[in-house]
Amino acid sequence: MSQDAIIEIKDLEVVFGSGSAAVRAVNGVTLRVERGQTVALIGESGSGKSVTLRSLLRLHAPKKTTIKGNIRVAGHDVLSLSSSALSNFRGEVCSMIFQEPLLALDPVYSVGDQIVESIQRHKGCSRAEANKKALELFERVKIPSPERRLAAYPHEMSGGMRQRAMIALALACDPQVLLADEPTTALDATVQIQILLLLRELQKTLGLSIVFVTHDIGAAVEVADRIAVMYAGQIVEEGDVRTIMRAPRHPYTKALLQSRAHGSLDRGQRLATIPGAPPDLAKLPPGCAFAPRCTYAQDECREGTIALISLGESHSARCRRTDVTHLPHTESVET
Amino acid sequence: MRAATPLLDVRGLTKHFPLKASPGNKSGVVRAVDDVNFSVMRGETLGIVGESGCGKSTTARLLMHLINPTAGEVIFEGKVVGSRDLPMKEFHRQVQMVFQDSYSSLNPRLTVEASIAFGPQVHGVSEKEAVKRARDLLARVGLEPARFAGRYPHELSGGQRQRVNIARALALEPRVVILDEAVSALDKSVEAQVLNLLLDLKQDFNLTYLFISHDLNVVRYISDRVMVMYLGQVVEMASTDAIFASAKHPYADALLSSMPSMDPDQRTEAPPISGDPPNPINPPSGCRFHTRCTFAESVCSSRSPQLTSIDETHRVACLMYEANVQHPRSRVNVLKVAA
Repeated sequence: MSQDAIIEIKDLEVVFGSGSAAVRAVNGVTLRVERGQTVALIGESGSGKSVTLRSLLRLHAPKKTTIKGNIRVAGHDVLSLSSSALSNFRGEVCSMIFQEPLLALDPVYSVGDQIVESIQRHKGCSRAEANKKALELFERVKIPSPERRLAAYPHEMSGGMRQRAMIALALACDPQVLLADEPTTALDATVQIQILLLLRELQKTLGLSIVFVTHDIGAAVEVADRIAVMYAGQIVEEGDVRTIMRAPRHPYTKALLQSRAHGSLDRGQRLATIPGAPPDLAKLPPGCAFAPRCTYAQDECREGTIALISLGESHSARCRRTDVTHLPHTESVET
Repeated sequence: MRAATPLLDVRGLTKHFPLKASPGNKSGVVRAVDDVNFSVMRGETLGIVGESGCGKSTTARLLMHLINPTAGEVIFEGKVVGSRDLPMKEFHRQVQMVFQDSYSSLNPRLTVEASIAFGPQVHGVSEKEAVKRARDLLARVGLEPARFAGRYPHELSGGQRQRVNIARALALEPRVVILDEAVSALDKSVEAQVLNLLLDLKQDFNLTYLFISHDLNVVRYISDRVMVMYLGQVVEMASTDAIFASAKHPYADALLSSMPSMDPDQRTEAPPISGDPPNPINPPSGCRFHTRCTFAESVCSSRSPQLTSIDETHRVACLMYEANVQHPRSRVNVLKVAA
């Protein structure tokens, strides 16, 4: 595996609004994505995963948002790009697919026109060349009868087809980085797996680096090399997909994996739950944001800043109790 | 199995939504639900799964008579719903529903206590008694009445609102609760809390659940039996263990195999089926799944399969399992040998 990072996020903070109503959506995210890697950001609603992703393309309204920290994507310092440099950066270096293609695509232009426009804007080629390239893209994302479908309007396509069309649009200018924000959440089960496998295949053949945001752990396991778990605007645990699934060390990751209904449970057996609800991002508690819901929490967890603890090569957790979190909870209470 | 009278018996339930004619589009109908038959036994949880447009939510709404069926009837404890024996109002006291969107299903101008107490008052319970019942139920679903009774829906989190909706559904002391994607909008950690609550309530109030969801893991966890729908029709119905161990209908099998793997070393290698579900305005002829089915033969496009019993509790609507059908891959003899 190559060691050069294509994405480096350092101490990212994103605050919406100001004063007492300020919502601290992202509180110090540091993340490194290597070239050709797929990283899944998982977490519940309000954990800051989508906000982090959108910051990579600077999609937040500049007047209402305060962004601090440092973001480098393929050598570009994203937070200091001028507006024309940002327009070139979007689509050409880094592009994005969204959850709801019907909202992300323009309803009054055919899908083909939207792809052709994007290619002409960035590559400066003729319309005929752009048309040819659009057709190739439709074939690449496996849209049946691609010539005919290029002339279709978004509403004329089914949900899975629209999502394929949006992936084609995102790939139109040969980006190095693809950002995916819950790309399969709105899709049916049999279509979701098709799109996940398509993303995996595209990643391999085009050598893309992908950041994939999802709340569905299963979808993350299907596509990701690494998983970063977010809670209350911070990455609380990060590691190789196998490590996270088999030996999670942050109490939140552990609880999240256990609270899922899954096949090996007996019917009627109670699910392990996490008490309470995620914190209000306008009023974050001091110390660890998960402490009020955590069964391992002690007084030391409720003050100061919690540092990221390294737990071996490329595995880390933001927790002061990692010395006991690999033990079942009952044992940790006795010690 | 047949001896016990089912609590709820659905016969030939059909709903065709008329389409308005528009330029370039002849008027037609959406066959949302087409001749659906099933029964629900007392005390069981029946899971209904399928993709969008398969008619699972329409089936729920038809059961509640929120929309009127084009054809078919619903029989509750041997009495036809809507007949003189069982007027609609009485039926609604027995069968209640919880919806997916916890916010839009509560009146924003009523406190949660007033929302829960509303139903009983309509059914003749005094206001004082209804409010007392509402407070008891709030406590029962894990919301301390002193803190929550006076709140409005916007002052609650999604999980808390869904608890209120569950309490409201229970306020009439129903026998059956229809849960239409009731936990789908909740975060995973909250979803587990609500699922546990549903299991407790079922036991305490002797409830029967109809659990509609697209989340197969959750359906597997909570259901005793599972019904799989495709384009308005039931394609397979069996005990949860049987269907997850070996689904017989090619669609049910593909749907269940589409669940993402939770093991990084056993990822899905190829999609179980390709394409999207067809439009229910013009469903394919014969077996509606034949356009996507890997086992489809010419007979499948001309003949509609009937729901056939392959053992006491397992029914499947596929021509491969029907006697006297010339399907080259017929499984009828295989099953006979196995039996």
